[in-house]
This record gives sequence, structure tokens and C-alpha cells, in this order.
Amino acid sequence: MIVGKQKPLDDIWNRVKGFEKLLVFGCNTCVAVCHEGGNKEAEILTSLLRMRATQEKVPIDIRSSGIERQCEHEFFDAVEKEIEWADAVLSIACGVGVQFLVKRYPSLQVSPGLDTTFMGDVEKPGLFMESCQACGKCILDLTAGICVMTRCAKRLLNGPCGGSTKGKCEISKEIDCAWQLVIDRLEALGKLDDFVKVVPLKDWSTGRDGGPRKLFHEDLES
Amino acid sequence: MNLKTPSKLEKMLAAGHLAVTSECGPPRGSDPASITKKAEMIRNHVDAINITDNQTSVTRLCSLAACIHLKHMGVEPVLQMVTRDRNRIALQSDILGAASFDIHNILCLSGDHQSFGDCPQGQNVHDLDSIQLIQSVRHMRDEGKFLSGDDIARPPSMFVGAAANPFADPFHIRALRLAKKVSAGVEFIQTQCIYNLDRFEKWMEMVRDLGLTEKVFILAGVTPFKSAGMAKYMKNRVPGMDVPDEVVSRMAGTPKEKQSEEGINICVESIQRLKELPGVAGFHIMAIEWEEKVPEIVERAGLYPRPQIS
Repeated sequence: MIVGKQKPLDDIWNRVKGFEKLLVFGCNTCVAVCHEGGNKEAEILTSLLRMRATQEKVPIDIRSSGIERQCEHEFFDAVEKEIEWADAVLSIACGVGVQFLVKRYPSLQVSPGLDTTFMGDVEKPGLFMESCQACGKCILDLTAGICVMTRCAKRLLNGPCGGSTKGKCEISKEIDCAWQLVIDRLEALGKLDDFVKVVPLKDWSTGRDGGPRKLFHEDLES
Repeated sequence: MNLKTPSKLEKMLAAGHLAVTSECGPPRGSDPASITKKAEMIRNHVDAINITDNQTSVTRLCSLAACIHLKHMGVEPVLQMVTRDRNRIALQSDILGAASFDIHNILCLSGDHQSFGDCPQGQNVHDLDSIQLIQSVRHMRDEGKFLSGDDIARPPSMFVGAAANPFADPFHIRALRLAKKVSAGVEFIQTQCIYNLDRFEKWMEMVRDLGLTEKVFILAGVTPFKSAGMAKYMKNRVPGMDVPDEVVSRMAGTPKEKQSEEGINICVESIQRLKELPGVAGFHIMAIEWEEKVPEIVERAGLYPRPQIS
């Protein structure tokens, strides 16, 4: 899923303090799981911004709302009136949601309240780990099921580099060396011979480098 | 002798001589004098000089331009090239640029992560990795073609090298990773600085067992310590470096004014021991900002005069 992190309150406040009617708008799917951008977080953020407005004597009316997903039209019906009321929306969805709002309401002022950080998993409660770059051409079978494009700081397809130390990456003792993980798993599977095979040059054109991507199913068009 | 390139380094190794290379870091400015000065100090004591490519990710004068300065002096350069800063278009283009100046040696590296350098906010490229760069240079040279398959008019003629670090982890795959570089087409290796000779010997044994010393020339990397402080720094702060405690204590136990001399002693002793090790084809002396000591090291290690190769 998509993971994000709320921007610092000062930063958010500076983005929105000039508006008169602000709607803080949560997105209750991906970024709610990481407790950063869901509808509950929208309510908390609304309270914090109201306090700030009172402290600084800024006349701004702030309301809170949210939907299940800001990236699909079907969820917006219930909140049309609230959006109509606002002269600006502070969206705490990921960048996809922020842009979908802009696409849907071309004249609406929209500010991002969240930094979209990565696609990842919930390794344990409270811990979210990046695991996929959406490169558009999965080769996880070549690297023991560990995405080295994501987890190696140099995205080496034929690692580990000379900086791998005691299972950790050269850039931080807090970060696992992706290639150590690959080798450990190859060994556990009895497939270390696969390590010697050179992974060929990657075609990056299916990723960001090839321009914006789209997927279209004609049969689903209504 | 079946030579594949006009490289003097290749000739030296193919003739069975222990080769000696060294390296110079380009300046953080555009004055070429620092390169030519360093090269002048060591040119009679080494067979080729590597020029580092923005080492530790600190922005410097480019490796290619510095290699051209060496070439103009009549010194044999080894062009270091990292995949961190260039995509496959720029890599191929720079290789051709180097080839146009008859630069005949290249060292294919991935490069230190940019977070260590002066532009930690920058992107890293790594369109290719070091092993794929080895493959690419060999493809350009041997097939005479670009990666796209198009013909190259006057292909590069480069002796292809890479680094190996027997001291990084996991240790047991380090020889296998060299095998991977060999299968990609690497022809010579310069290793990370060796301080833990026991571990290096163990690695070489694994390398010999895989039959790799028959396929690739291995130059053992050495770096003299200038001080006990440097030894401690290398031990604790440089990723993938293995400096045994006894080496640090030997430096620390030497009076300060004698420490640099002791650093040279350790370096010379290491070379002498490694000269006897089967599979070691030469030495790569990385005297970091201490190039003036290279002649002394080479002479004391019994590697001088350098054999004359036409």
C-alpha cells in the first residue's frame, strides 16, 4: 500500500493560513493504515489548526471531512456539499489523491498536507517498510524475491557492493543490505548457484523513465 | 602473447611481470597542475596510474580530463568510471571520448553512495551496475557495437578492470562475486586496501579454487597509514574496510613522529608477504594524498626498476 507522512504542523499552517474556509480532507484507505492521512487524522489535524488560528488570531473557518479513497470518483458523492463550501482543501491523501481532487475540481485550491513516501508493507504494527518501486517489469524471481531496486541504496542488480558490512548497508547501520538478504534466502532455498548468474541490463522504459504510465481496460468503460 | 588491447598494463601482466599501479585523485578545481605534479612524482615507479572518479562522491575535476592530462605526459592512465553518475548513454559516450585519446584501461565501478559526498541531495543513476558496465565495455570493444546493437566506428580498445573487496560481507560469496565479474568479462582486478592479510589469503585461496586466477589478473591493493589516527578512522569509519586490532595497536604504539614511517613499513611488509602469494599478479598502491611516498614503497618492496615494455 501507499505510505505517507504528515507534513510538520508549521509547514501545513503556512500553506493554509491565508484561506478563509478550509476543509481538512482525509483519505481513509492506504494512508489511514499508517495513521497519517485517514479521516481520524483529519479530525485531529483540524483541531490543531483551529488552535493555531486562535493563538495567532487568524480568522479562518476550518472543518474536517474525509472519504474512503480520494482517487476514485464514486466516493465523492457524500462530500460534494462540504467541498463546495470550502475555498480550499487541505488533502492528507497521497499525491494521487491530491491530484485527483485537482482533476475533479479544477477551480478548487488544493494543498498537500502529507508527503507521500513509499509503497510498502506493514512489517509489524507501527513499522512500515518500502518494498516496491513500480518499475513496471518485475524481476523478483531473479533476486530471491527481494526487490534490490528498492532495498539496495544503489539499486545494484548484481550486488552486494563493497560497502556491505555485517549485513548492513554502507549508508546506515540501521538499513539491511538488500543483497545480504538475497544471499541468505538463496542459501536457505539451496539456490546459491543462482547468485553467479549475471542479471542483465534492465529495461527502465517501463518505469518512470518511459513517461507517465496508464492502464486501460476498454471492457470496464461505462 | 595474445594481447587484446594496446594497453601497457595488459602487456606487463601478460608478460608475467608483477605489475604496479597507483592512483591520483583529481583536484577540487580546474588547475591541472596538481594531477601532473602527482603523476610526475610516481611515473617512473608505476606502470599505470588510476584517476579516481569523484571518489567518496565528492565533486572533483572529471576522471576523463585528468586521464587526458596523463596521456599528454606520456603516462599510462586507468580511467575509473562509476555507474553512480551516468546513464548508459553517458557511459558509452565517455568511453568513446576516452578511446578517442587512446586511453586503454578502464576500471568499472559502482561508486560510493552519494550520501558520503558533497551533494547528498543529488540523485544516483545506477542505470547499470559495475558488472553490467564490464559487460558493456567488453561488448563495445569485442563486438564493435553500441548497447543498441548499432556499429561503432573505431571501437574502444580498452583493457577492462574492476574492483574487488574481499573484506566486505558476506565473506563467503566474495570469491563468487569475483566469478561473476569474470564471467562478465573483467580482465584485471584491483582490490580494496589489504590490512588483514590472513583474510586476504583465505579469499585468494577461494579465488584459486574457482580457477579465477587463470582468467583474471589480480592486483593486491595497499594503502600506507600516515598516522595512528588514520588507521583508527579506516577501521571504524570506512565501510567495507578490515583493519585488524594488531595493526592499529602497532601504529598507536609508535611515537607520533615515527608513525608515518611505520605506516610505510607495514605497507612494504604487506607487499613482500603478498608477492609470494600464488595468484597475485601485481600491486595497486593507493597512497591517499601521499603520492610522494609511492617511489619509496615500490623500491623497498623490491619492485623497482620497473620492467621496460615496448
